[in-house]
Amino acid sequence: MPGLTPSQTVGPFLAIGLPWPDGPFVVPEGTDGAITITGRVLDGAGDPVPDALVETWQADPGGRFSHPDDPRGAAAAPFRGFGRCPTGADGSYRIVTRKPGPLPCPDGRTEAPHLDVSVFARGLLDRVVTRIYFPDEGHANVADPVLASIGDPARAATLIAHAEHGAAARLRFDIHLQGEHETVFFDV
Amino acid sequence: MAIDRPAARAGIDLPRYERPAGVHPPLDFAGYRSTALRAPHRPLVLLPHRLTEVTGPLLGADRVTPADADLTGQHEGEPLGQRITVSGQVLDSGGRPVPGTLIEIWQPNAAGRYRHSVDNHPAPLDPNFTGVGRCVTDAEGRYRFVTIKPGSYPWRNHPNAWRPAHIHFSLFGRAFTQRLVTQMYFPGDPLFFQDPIFNSVPGHARDRMISRFDLSLTEPEWSLGFAWDIVLRGRDATAFEEQEGGR
Repeated sequence: MPGLTPSQTVGPFLAIGLPWPDGPFVVPEGTDGAITITGRVLDGAGDPVPDALVETWQADPGGRFSHPDDPRGAAAAPFRGFGRCPTGADGSYRIVTRKPGPLPCPDGRTEAPHLDVSVFARGLLDRVVTRIYFPDEGHANVADPVLASIGDPARAATLIAHAEHGAAARLRFDIHLQGEHETVFFDV
Repeated sequence: MAIDRPAARAGIDLPRYERPAGVHPPLDFAGYRSTALRAPHRPLVLLPHRLTEVTGPLLGADRVTPADADLTGQHEGEPLGQRITVSGQVLDSGGRPVPGTLIEIWQPNAAGRYRHSVDNHPAPLDPNFTGVGRCVTDAEGRYRFVTIKPGSYPWRNHPNAWRPAHIHFSLFGRAFTQRLVTQMYFPGDPLFFQDPIFNSVPGHARDRMISRFDLSLTEPEWSLGFAWDIVLRGRDATAFEEQEGGR
């Protein structure tokens, strides 16, 4: 059996190889029902991380994936589900997408709507993985098995985006790699 | 056409992916100074492999042209340096090929300089080299790039620090769990011993990042060949059999 290839950092020069012009647009800007998720990636000193890459992966609004390992069959319409945005000088990223639907678990429970997130950067020898949940899904979030597994509600709250100026279509999600407000990261 | 089941009532069967132990570097690795303010300090929370994790973006075919795999042919003239072919197979740890997966690479030029605004190493840029390539693996998981051998370059991690020559590789695999970004190194590089990024990987797994000189990939009177297979996480065989048996 071949041995797994180890991870290495993306280094400081990922911007020459990884950004795509359409990367931040899971759906085209202006799509009906589009939402925008913006935020900053911050280091342990609270300084912006200007050389990171944020990637998102999610279900479509019906909770389906355009993927053969979704055992429920084909999604209603193709949905890219993937977003990718390098951070700017101020550590900010921006993803335009649609809100995913809830997802069934093998044990019959339901996962609240969420995006899986990978962050790559100089100084990260492996990606770090987190999730973005939605502020208008209070009941679903309480029942979500992953949020429940975190235990400490204050820590779990680091995974819930904020509606900017109360607008459900404009969400803010900062990623604190380290420090007092460190985001919850997962062993995937 | 697949059967549309009311999954939340019936329960759903999902593959599970292995969880590698002792292969990837620790996030907190003091020898690599940039980890100090960036590596999370709190313990990671175990994320079960459910629908979002066992699926992933299947992108690439429409994003790549055959010319993207030849980094020596992207400009009017040829880049300077040692012309090389880098080729291999993408597999999972069960030995199964991973077909149709997007590979993205980036690298410095032969002088060890990246075409990037924050690279201030006083080595020349090459107007005929961008250092970016893409391809999609074929039905057997194989890939092939033509490029020039990247140079080594200094960095400020520790006194007189130099990176061993490397090419950055990014792969998606078929599932979120399989996403991998790594670096490919060259055999016999004298700089390995002092490089904290290479040495952040447990000793037994470091060789997996080093390509192998391959005479059969070497084109007579044209280019040197290096072979490098890339292994992504495999499905958990036991869980998979249980699932199959339970159907």
